[in-house]
Formats: sequence, structure tokens, C-alpha cells
Amino acid sequence: MRDDVVVLVIAFGYLALLFVIAAWGDRRAEQGRSVIGSPTVYALSIAVYCTAWTFYGSVGRAAEAGPGFLLIYLGPTLAMLMAPLVIRKMVRIATTHRITSIADFISARYGKSAGLGALVALIALVGTTPYIALQLKAITLSHAVLVDYVPESPMATAEASFWTDRSFWVALVLAVFIILFGTRHLDASERHEGMVAAIAFESLVKLAAFLAVGIFTVFVLYQGPGDLFRQVAASPALTDALSLESVPGGALGWVGMLVLAFLAFLGLPRQFQVLVVENVDERHIQRAAWLFPLYLLVINLFVIPIAMAGLLGGSGEDPDSFVLTLPMAAGVDGLPVLVFIGGLSAATGMMIVETIALSTMVSNQLVMPLLLRSRHLHRGHSGSLANRVLGIRRVAILGILLLGYSYHALIGDAYSLVTIGLVSFAAVAQFTPALLIGLYWRGANRLGAGLGMSAGILVWAWTLLIPGFAQSGWLNADLLTQGPIGIDWLRPYALFGLEDWDIYTHSLFWSLAANIGLLIGVSLFSRASPLEQTQAALFTEALHPRLDQTSLWRGHTLRGELRALLDRYLGTAATQRVFADHAPDDADDQSASTALVARAEQALAGALGNASARVLIDSVVRGEALDLDAILRILDTTSETLEMNRRLEQKSRELARIGQELREANDRLRELDRLKDEFVAMVSHELRTPLTSIRAFAEILRDNRDLTEQRREHFLDVVVRESQRLSRLIEEILDLARLESGRLTLEPHRLDLAALTRQALDAMHHPLEERGIALEIACEVDTAEVIGDPDRLEQVIINLIDNAGKFADAGMPRISLRLTRHRRGFRLAVADNGPGIDESERERVFEKFHQLPHPDAGTTRSRPRGSGLGLPISRGIVAHLGGRLWIENDCDLGGACLVMELPEAPAISPTPPDMLLSQ
Amino acid sequence: MNAPHRKERLVALIALATMLFTPPLLLIADRLDGGLPLYLFLAWGSVIALMAWLMEDRRGE
Repeated sequence: MRDDVVVLVIAFGYLALLFVIAAWGDRRAEQGRSVIGSPTVYALSIAVYCTAWTFYGSVGRAAEAGPGFLLIYLGPTLAMLMAPLVIRKMVRIATTHRITSIADFISARYGKSAGLGALVALIALVGTTPYIALQLKAITLSHAVLVDYVPESPMATAEASFWTDRSFWVALVLAVFIILFGTRHLDASERHEGMVAAIAFESLVKLAAFLAVGIFTVFVLYQGPGDLFRQVAASPALTDALSLESVPGGALGWVGMLVLAFLAFLGLPRQFQVLVVENVDERHIQRAAWLFPLYLLVINLFVIPIAMAGLLGGSGEDPDSFVLTLPMAAGVDGLPVLVFIGGLSAATGMMIVETIALSTMVSNQLVMPLLLRSRHLHRGHSGSLANRVLGIRRVAILGILLLGYSYHALIGDAYSLVTIGLVSFAAVAQFTPALLIGLYWRGANRLGAGLGMSAGILVWAWTLLIPGFAQSGWLNADLLTQGPIGIDWLRPYALFGLEDWDIYTHSLFWSLAANIGLLIGVSLFSRASPLEQTQAALFTEALHPRLDQTSLWRGHTLRGELRALLDRYLGTAATQRVFADHAPDDADDQSASTALVARAEQALAGALGNASARVLIDSVVRGEALDLDAILRILDTTSETLEMNRRLEQKSRELARIGQELREANDRLRELDRLKDEFVAMVSHELRTPLTSIRAFAEILRDNRDLTEQRREHFLDVVVRESQRLSRLIEEILDLARLESGRLTLEPHRLDLAALTRQALDAMHHPLEERGIALEIACEVDTAEVIGDPDRLEQVIINLIDNAGKFADAGMPRISLRLTRHRRGFRLAVADNGPGIDESERERVFEKFHQLPHPDAGTTRSRPRGSGLGLPISRGIVAHLGGRLWIENDCDLGGACLVMELPEAPAISPTPPDMLLSQ
Repeated sequence: MNAPHRKERLVALIALATMLFTPPLLLIADRLDGGLPLYLFLAWGSVIALMAWLMEDRRGE
């Protein structure tokens, strides 16, 4: 026995602490130093998912259903993995449309339908009040265990009047708390900073308490996990409890429960509240997407050890209370109280958020639409309605908590914790199809969503709720075994003969089939109103980068009328805020801008819900406020524009590239043109020089008949030599032309390159000697069999030597010639001791007409010698023979080195070489 | 979601998690004696670690 007064003081002291934290949170928010602006606080507030059901019920479920209890947390883990995609979109929409609850969200999505909002609110109320009752039941039970626990004796909860039931007073204290911190602002879409701070704190408390009892169990009651699981392994019954066999419904039941937990997590009003409505910053979702699943993992870490330890103890207590009874049986003093506080925090956290969410729904989706229909409401004075809405919400809070308490007090004992929780889950799971499908499919409409949800909740009632009543003994249990009035196929747990499924998977299957089937089917075969289509487009395209709602307005109203409307419903201060950015009061007779109308509707939506805001705005705005065609056009044109932009960018990049190429080509062409002009000038000059002398000497010969024979012969010699030079030049030009056009005819033979080189050297010996050029020859091979046209090859060799001679050092001209074998060919390298050629210039040397400036540039002999055709022609010939010709730097002489490489001739075959070559 | 392939990686992780948490992989884990809870916690922890790595990777933003 424990002193009840101490427990009470601690419990209510803890609740008082929540008040302090919430007040501090709100104070900080007013000072602009929000405490909840952190992703960690956001993740902790999502942990309101872990209720007393987790705290006490998980152990109970693990004791009965083995690892199946984890499904309740794996489903949300999957949902949170999708959060960066799905929740982010919901948050974006909620911010734009000032969404206040999940009912408001669904109502706004389906054409701001008041009916649909009311339906969601009703389902939420019916579906989650038992869940609140569950929390109260957990508080009552845990308190009873704490105070009246006698080890080794079955516990009996004494029947007592409500004023002695602690949970009644807890409910009342919570009502005060929620009224204080949950209804501070009329605008329910605004954050409840103090409340979120308190919730985050509660999440820490329950985690710490559960970990404490877990660590106590594993490391104090047993010598670590190894010891505990050795004892578990010794008992086959316990080992079996850890396998899939103990999960109701086996593998199918497993999947069903996973889907149920996933859907319920997204559909639970309190989760929507903390995930979407209370979200401060979209980026927080990224952290919460892994931190919240981590929280779930950690809080579940000790569930199995505690359950196993409880079962091993075998004291016959309710497994739901193991968390408390284990430390109490061990006779520890402080820990049970800590556990009780942990359970209390889990229960109160859930009740606080759930009640705020439900009260907002009740006031905005159930009561306001009714009030708006009554005439006299529209004649209140400034702000009167704002107070009335807050009043409604406060009454709703009290009502919901009392409803939860009545449920708990009257019928709560009929169900175990988990049963109530799962029935509740199955009810709220009916929201998720309309929510998710509506988020991504523009075609889903109001009628489909309404019928689908109604059908889903009816099937839920038939397959889960009513059988529950039957099991509690309020209805004839024959309903379960024989069906209503003996109709066999309507049996609630085996609808249409679907037997042997666990009841939750069974119910989920039929209710979702009806729900989704009708949602999609009806949507496909019915028409949506323009407003529905507009809202559908705004929701499905919420992440569209250029969607700006305010630009889509077309309504007309006077500013004065708008101001009066806002004043009546929101009060003066809120009205001032809406009009803050606009001109002063004297402009009241002017028509309101579209942006102002949009702001006004958003402000109303934040306070009263989208459907009611719509009704109110419609009462003063003439003309169509929102236009679907305009939205669709904007969406289409923007996506079209984006696509066009992308294509244009691609095209312009292509154009830029082509332009660059063209510019380069043009530069090359200019260069070639310039070279050609130079060449023509040079060729003309070269041609004219011999021509001039030929003509001059011919004229002398014609005019001076009395010349001596000796002089005449000399002149004739000159004429002949100049003619030869002329024809050689013309021959070169013709060669080049042939090379260019590919008409150069070569007559390849097997020949000895070494012999050919010697022959060329003989021819060049005299001219080189005349110019005083020293020649070094290094022939490393005796014979070098290649295939080539001897005349042309000799021409090439002579050209190379001549070239080297031209560029050799003017003072001490030296050139070297080396014939070597290189792999399967021969190399003939001709080097000079001139200045060498720059790396960048080397390839250009082989361009026709190109002439290197002579090393003596600047002196009188600055004009390049030669036609500039020798090397291009040489390279053309060598290439024709399958070889290569290039320039490198010569290491020995320090100048340039022209290297010609020719492949070795194939080994002599019986076929005469000429025959081979002619093939 | 700006980093390259972030969205695709996320979708792949969701698919992986779904596969790990459902039969038939589950049935395989169940064959190990009493190993199902251990498998679930390990798979769960790995998925969370991967998600944390994916979400907290600030490169490319």
C-alpha cells in the first residue's frame, strides 16, 4: 500500500508542471523566441502517438500477440519515411489554405464542402472518444495498481463514485489546461506553442520512465538480457510467444495490422494536428522523418523483455500492468511512481492534442455551419462572434473530455486497452483514402469521398463496433455466430463468408474495399462542381513552384463590406492585421483588391474552417471568386512554359555551340584565304622572276644580233635554266592540285630506302657543299625494303634535306641524316641546327602555302624561301605510301627534326612484286 | 529534395523498408528460433539509420 495523498500530490504536481511549461512556451512565443522552432521538438511532439496504450498496452500485447505489437509502430515508421513527400505537401497546403484540422483539410480539398467536413468530424468524434476513454481507464487502472496493489493477490478495482475516481479529476484539470493553452487564439491554424512545448516535454518523460523500468527489469531483476533470454529459452511456451504463430491471423494478419497502423497514423486527428497544423517549418520534416521512428524504436526496446519477465514471474496479473507490477513486486519504492507519472504523461499528452483537434472540428465543422444558417447571427457587434466561437470550442473541450470519461465509466471495462485502441484505429483509417488519393488524384470528387467514407465507417461499425457490443453482452451473441436474423453471410466477423481472418484485417479489408471502391468509382462516374475542381487542382498541384493563389481571384466587393464582415467574426485586432498592408480607412467605398479578398478568406478559414469561410465570403463577394479555368490555364501554361523554357535553353546551348564552331571555321577560312592570297602573290612573283629573265634575255638575243657566241650561249643557258625552274614550280603546283583532289598517281615498287637515300644524297651533295653546309650521315641499316614510288620518294628526301639546309644555323650550318629501323618500319630523320619549331607551329608547317618566317627575319632576306608547298606535298606522298611524316625537336643538333616513317615491305612471296602491287 | 536522386533514393528506401517488414522475408526470419523480434529490431534500426543518412546529408543543397 502506498500513501494515496503522496501519489495525488505528485500526479497533480506533474500536471501543474505542464501548466508552467506551457505558459513558459507561450510567453517565449510572444517574445518572438519560440521554443518549438526546432526539428527535435517537432519530432518529440509527433511522439504524442505513443499514448498510455503504448505505455501499458504494448507489454500486454507483446505478452499475448508476440512481436505483433511492433506493427503499431512499424506502420508509422513507413508513413514517416514518406513524410518528405506526403506530409510536406500536406503542410504546404495547410499553410496556404489555413487548415485547422483533418476535417477542414478533407472539406477544403473536396470543394470546401461543409457536409464532408461534418462527416469527418462526426467520425472522428465517434471513433476517438473511446480512445480518450482508454487513456482515462489507463490512469484509473495504474493509479489503482499503485495504491491498492497487494503482491500475489488478484487485483480488484473497487466500484466507486466518479468523485472518488482520480481520472475524473485528471480529465477536469486537463480541460482547464486545454482551455487555457488550446484556445488562446481564435485562429486555430495558428500554432499552440505552449501546448506543443508541454507535449514534447511529456514525450521525454514517458520515454525516460519506460526506459527506467526496462533497464530495471533487465539489469536489476535479471543479470542482463542474456540471463533473461536464457530463462525465456528454457520455456517453450514463451519462445513460441515470440514467433509469428502468436500473431493473430498469421502472416495475413501481420500485413493487415501494418496497413492499419500506417493508415491510422495518417488519419488520426491528433497526428494531423502535430504533424501538419503545428508544423513550424517544412524543413523540420526531414529530421522528424528519422528521429520519430528512432523514438518509437527506443521506447519499444524493452517491451519484450518486460513482457517476458512478467510472464516468467507468473504472478497472474494483467499483462497490461506489468510495467507497474514488476518493480512493485520487487519492492522498489520510487520507480513505480515514476512509471505512473510516465503513464500519466503518455495519457495526458494524447488527451490534450486529441481534444484540441476534436474541439476545433466540432466548433468549425459541426457547430459553425449550423450557426451560420441562423439569421440573427449576422447582426452581432464587433468581435462578438469571435468570442462565441471560442466559447463553443471551450464547451466542446469540456464536452469531449466528459464524453470520454462517461464512456470510460460506463462501458470502459468491457474492452481491454488494445481492443479499444485498434477499433479506434480502424475508424480513423477511413479518412486516409480520401486524404491521400485527394492529394494526388485531381479526379477524386466530393460525392465519391463522402460516399466512400460513409460506406467505410458503416462497414467498420458492422464488423468491429457492433460485434464489440455483442461481446460485451449488450447484444445477443448469436449475432456473431449466426448473423443478423440468421443471415449467415452477414456475420460481422465473417462477412460474405470470409472466415478465419483476424477481425481487424477482416474489417480493414471490407471497409477499405467499400471506401476506396466508392471513392474511385463514384468519382469516375460523376461530375465535380467548378469549386471542387478548383480546390482539387490547388491541392494536387500544391508543390507546383509558381502556383500563387491570390492571382486567381476575380470577385468584387467593397472594402467596407469586407471589413465589416471580418470585424464581426474575427474582432477588430484581427481585421486590422488583414488590412494592415492596405490603404487607410477612408478607402472603404472602394472595391477590394483580389489579394485582399484572398487574405480575408484565409483569415476566416483559419478561425472558422474553410467551408464556413467560403460561405461568409460568398455572402459579400459578387461574381466568381475563384475560377477553375484560370487555375488550370495557369498550371498548364506554367508547366508548358517550363517545358518550353527547357527546350529553348537546350536549343540556345546548341546554337551557341554551332555558333562557336562556325566562328572557328570562319577564322580558319579567313586564314586559308589570307594564305592563298599570299601564295598567289608569291607564286605570281616566283613565276614572274624566271619569266622576266627569260623575256629579258630573249629580247637581248633578238635585238642584239652581234653578240659573241659565248655570251649568246650564256644567255641561252639562263633562258633554259629559268624555263626549267618555271616548269618545276608549275609541276609542284600541279602535284599539289592532284594531291588535293586525290588524283595523284604513284607507281609503288619494292625498293631499298637506303639506296634511294644515298642516291638523293649524291644529288644533293653538290648544292649542299656550295652552301657550306656540313652533313652527317648515320645509316644504321644496310637495306631498308619498303614499298614506294622511287621518283616521288626521292623527291621527298631531297625536299627534307633541302628544307633542313634552309633552316640550319646561318653561321655554322649543320644537318644530320639518320636512317633507322623502328619496329616494323624504317625511319628517316633529317635534323638541322637551326632554332627549331615551336610545338604550336609544328602541324601548321604541313599546311599548304604555309611558310615559316626565316630565322633571319627582319633582315633583308625576310621573305620566306621556297614555295611553301614542299612539305605538304611530301606529307601527302608519304601518307599515300602508308607512312607518316612529322616534326620533332632534335636533341643532338638542337634544331628541328623532320621524321619520315615508312612501313617495311612484306616478305617476298612467289608472286612477282609487280603483280602484287598492281592488285 | 534538391540533391541528385534524393527523391529516387527515398522511394527506394520506402520499398526496402516495406519489403523488410512484410512476408516473405518475415517468414524466413521467423524460422530462426525466437529470432523474429531480433530481426525486426535490426531491420528497423537499419532503415532508420539509412533514413537519417539520407535526410541529414546536406550536400547538394
